[in-house]
Amino acid sequence: MAFLDINHAGKTYADTPAVHDFDLHVEKGELVSFLGPSGCGKTTTLRMVAGFEVPSEGTVVLSGQDITNKAPNQRDVGMVFQAYALFPNMTVGNNIGFGLKIAKKPKEETAQRVKEMLELIQMPKLGDRYPYQLSGGQQQRVALARALAIHPQVLLLDEPLSALDAKIRVELRTEIRRIQQRMGITTIYVTHDQEEALSISDRVVVMNAGKMEQVGAPYEIYNYPATPFVAGFVGTLNQLRCTVADAAAGLLEHKGQRLKTAATIERKEGELTLMLRPEQLHLGAIQGENQLTGKVDNVAFLGSIIRILVRVSDAILTLDVLNERGNVLPKMGDTTIVSFPADGSWVLPSS
Amino acid sequence: MRRFPVWSWIWFIIGVLYFFIPLIATVEFSLRMIKDTYSFEAYRVAFQDPQFFRSFGYSLLWATLTIVISLLLVVPTAYWVQLRLPKVRPYVEFVTLMPFVVPAVVLTFGLIRLYGRPPLVLTTTPAALIAGYVVLSLPYMYRSVDSGLRAVDIRTLTEAAQSLGASWGTILKDVVFPNLRVALLSGIFLTFAIVMGEFTFAALLQWPAFGPYMEEIGAMRAYTPQAVSVMSFLITWGSIMLIQWLGRGARGAQVQVGGAR
Repeated sequence: MAFLDINHAGKTYADTPAVHDFDLHVEKGELVSFLGPSGCGKTTTLRMVAGFEVPSEGTVVLSGQDITNKAPNQRDVGMVFQAYALFPNMTVGNNIGFGLKIAKKPKEETAQRVKEMLELIQMPKLGDRYPYQLSGGQQQRVALARALAIHPQVLLLDEPLSALDAKIRVELRTEIRRIQQRMGITTIYVTHDQEEALSISDRVVVMNAGKMEQVGAPYEIYNYPATPFVAGFVGTLNQLRCTVADAAAGLLEHKGQRLKTAATIERKEGELTLMLRPEQLHLGAIQGENQLTGKVDNVAFLGSIIRILVRVSDAILTLDVLNERGNVLPKMGDTTIVSFPADGSWVLPSS
Repeated sequence: MRRFPVWSWIWFIIGVLYFFIPLIATVEFSLRMIKDTYSFEAYRVAFQDPQFFRSFGYSLLWATLTIVISLLLVVPTAYWVQLRLPKVRPYVEFVTLMPFVVPAVVLTFGLIRLYGRPPLVLTTTPAALIAGYVVLSLPYMYRSVDSGLRAVDIRTLTEAAQSLGASWGTILKDVVFPNLRVALLSGIFLTFAIVMGEFTFAALLQWPAFGPYMEEIGAMRAYTPQAVSVMSFLITWGSIMLIQWLGRGARGAQVQVGGAR
C-alpha cells in the first residue's frame, strides 16, 4: 500500500464515463503529473482526490484511511486552482493564514507560519497587500503558500500555470518543484502542457478519453511510449510508412531505400510505421547510420534549436538541429541526406 | 486642440433640464405656502401631522422586514444556483422578473383571493403585504446578488475555502458575504427605496404606509404633499449616496479572478 492509493476509480456523468478504471499508487514525497488533452478526465480524477467529486466506483485511500466519501473540508488536502482563487477581501497574509484560522491555531503560531510561508515563496514584504495589487505569478505563489500553510498530506495543483505568461510559467514551475522537494510533500499536478509535466515530475500519467494510457518516469514516457496516443501526444514524432524486408535482421524498406532498426519487428511481412524523434535525425550522411534522401521543405529558427522539415518521397520528416553560431542553415528546396542510427527508432506494437 | 463637443453638451443640457425642471418646480412650489415669501411652512405642517410619522414608521418597518426576508431567500438561492444548479438559472431569472410582467394590482388581487378566505387567511396579518413586497423587490435583489456572485467566481472561492477546511457557515460568513458587500448593499437600498414609496399593495391590503399617506394628503391639500414628495426624493437619493459611500474602498471585490496580468 502506497501513501495515496487511487483504486480503480471511475466517474460517470449521466451514463457518460468521464474517468474509467483509474488505478494509481503514489509514494510519499512523490510528484505525479496527470497529462492529457482537455476533457481527458485528469481534472475530474484530481477532484475525486480533493473531494469535489465522488467516484462512481473505486476508492481513494490516503495514508491508510479511506477518504472516498469524506467531505473536501475533512481531507487534509491542499489545492491550488488555475484561477488562483485568492479571497479578494483578505490581505495576502490573511489568505495564507485562513486555513490555520479555521483550524483554530493560536495567533502567534499562525503569524509565525505566515511569515515562513511568505519567505518560502520569496515575497516576505508583501503580506499586507491585497490580491488585486499583485501580478498573476505572485497571486499563484500566494495560492501555493496558502495551500501549504496547513501542512496538508497531499498537495493538488490543477493547471496552476495555465493562466500565466510563458516566461513566468517556466520560472514558477521550477519554483513549485523546488518547494515541493524541500517540503517533501506528496503532490499531484494536472496539466495539458507536456513540457511542464516532463520537466517537474517524478512520474507522469498520460491520460486520454478517461483512461490511463501510460504511467512512468518522464524519460520512459518520452523514449518508450507504450501506446500510439502517448507517442503522438508527448513530443514531436515522425512516422514513416515502411514495408518489412527482413524481420529477423530488422530490415525495412521505404520507397526503395533500405533502413535498419534495432527494434523488434513482430510481423514477418507487410507494412508498418517506423517512429522517429526529431532530435534523432541528423542532416548529412553519417557513416554506419540509416540514410534517406529528401528535399528541404521548411526551415524554422526557434532560438536554441532549428527545426527543419524534409520531404522524403511523400512523407515529411521533422528534424531538430541545435543552434550554433557557426551553423550554415540549409535552404528551402535543397536536396539533402537525413541520417539516423538504428537504435534511434522504434516500431509500435501493431494495434 | 480638440474641438469643443457642442452636440454632446446640447444633449446633456436638454437631459439635465428635462430631469431637473419638474423637480425644481416641485421644490419651489413647496416653499410658497405663505403668500409672497419663501418659507418652510409646508414642511412644518407636514411634520406636525402625527400621521406623517406614523405612516413613515410603518413603511420603515415593512421595508426592514422585506429586506431581511428577501436576503434570507435570495442569497442562499442565488448562491446555490451559481454553485450547483447553473442550468436552472434562466428559470430562476424568469421567475424573478415576474413583477415586471404582472402588474401590482393583479398581484394584490391574486393575494387577496387566495389568502383572504379560509383555509389560510393571511390578509389580516402583514404576512401578505411583506410577501408581496418581497416579490416586488425580487428583480432588483436577485440581479444584484447574482452579478455580485459572478464577479468574484464564487464557485472556485468556495472550493478553495473548503479545501482549507472551512465549513458552510464559515464560507458564508468569511467568503461569500464579505465579497458580496457592495452587491448586497445595492440590493438592500433598491428594495428600501421601492418599499418606502409603494402604494398599490399597502392601499389594497389596507395597511398604513407612506405611499397611501402621500396619496391621501395629495387629494386634500395643496402645499404639504409637495413638501412630502421632496422629502421622499431626498430619502431615495440618500439611500443611493449611502450605497456609493459604503461601497467605496471595496475594490478587492471588483478584482479580476484568473487571467494573466
